[in-house]
Amino acid sequence: MKLIDIVEILGLEAIIAGNDQLEIMTACGADLMSDVLAFTQEKSLLLTGLTNPQVVRTAEMIDIKVIIFVRGKRPLVATVELAREKGIYLYLSARSMFECCGILYQNGLQPEEINGCFSPGEEE
Amino acid sequence: MKEKYILEKRIEKGDFNKGGEASSKLKDLLRKLGVDSAVIRKTAIVTYELEMNIIIHSEGGWIRAAISREGIQIFAADDGPGIADLEKAFQPGYSTASDQVREMGFGAGLGLVNIKNYSDELKVDTKTGVGTKIRAIIHLV
Ligand SMILES: Nc1ncnc2c1ncn2[C@@H]1O[C@H](COP(=O)(O)OP(=O)(O)OP(=O)(O)O)[C@@H](O)[C@H]1O
Ligand SMILES: [Mg+2]
Repeated sequence: MKLIDIVEILGLEAIIAGNDQLEIMTACGADLMSDVLAFTQEKSLLLTGLTNPQVVRTAEMIDIKVIIFVRGKRPLVATVELAREKGIYLYLSARSMFECCGILYQNGLQPEEINGCFSPGEEE
Repeated sequence: MKEKYILEKRIEKGDFNKGGEASSKLKDLLRKLGVDSAVIRKTAIVTYELEMNIIIHSEGGWIRAAISREGIQIFAADDGPGIADLEKAFQPGYSTASDQVREMGFGAGLGLVNIKNYSDELKVDTKTGVGTKIRAIIHLV
């Protein structure tokens, strides 16, 4: 799915707008950093209710390119600054985590495989 | 055995603002060295979990990294308090993190589990009242 389609379906507000044509293969939704890090696939999208800079750091570690903040929770200034520095795109949704994930799933976006389901670091 | 570190960084207790800087720096270094991207990702995750554990649970310490034929070696050493029950600490979901730390998204009790899953070799030395030393190795390919 292209980023532009995700922005449209969820009606996202851009905080740092990304390349419209960026291809998003999978997504994960998490409010716990270690949960995010347990995902092994090369991924590009994270949905979260956290707004502090650590969420950008965590995304950076596993090459997540896009973060969507759910339930209208705006990221802190320091979070936006770090994302800009790291080239990570930020969006805001007024919808809940459950609703965002449900809509994306319904539209064909694949869930992440969790580490433990197959051996870590294994490439698809 | 004398190691030549490619990264050596002091990590201060409670310093969330800088949390992840050591891991980020190591990730950039490895990318410049042309290391395989899956190896980099595993290294980044292990280093980040170790770094945050020093910030959250210890009195402060050091993150060091070296490359050898064996692979990428990450060393985490801190000044205490040590881990009283190591078996418990490695159980998924076990965490002593405060509510304040949990609000920031830490304290799932999965850090050590991730460290174990993503590293190819792992050695933990911990002594109550003294500190914790962890060495993780990630093989190159
Ligand atoms: N360097 C350390 N010094 C002292 N205690 C530690 C250290 N690292 C981990 N621990 C102890 O082990 C527990 C489990 O660590 P682990 O990294 O798995 O989970 P966590 O840090 O609590 O949460 P998460 O990593 O999922 O955010 C910690 O809650 C803490 O009690
Ligand atoms: Mg931890």
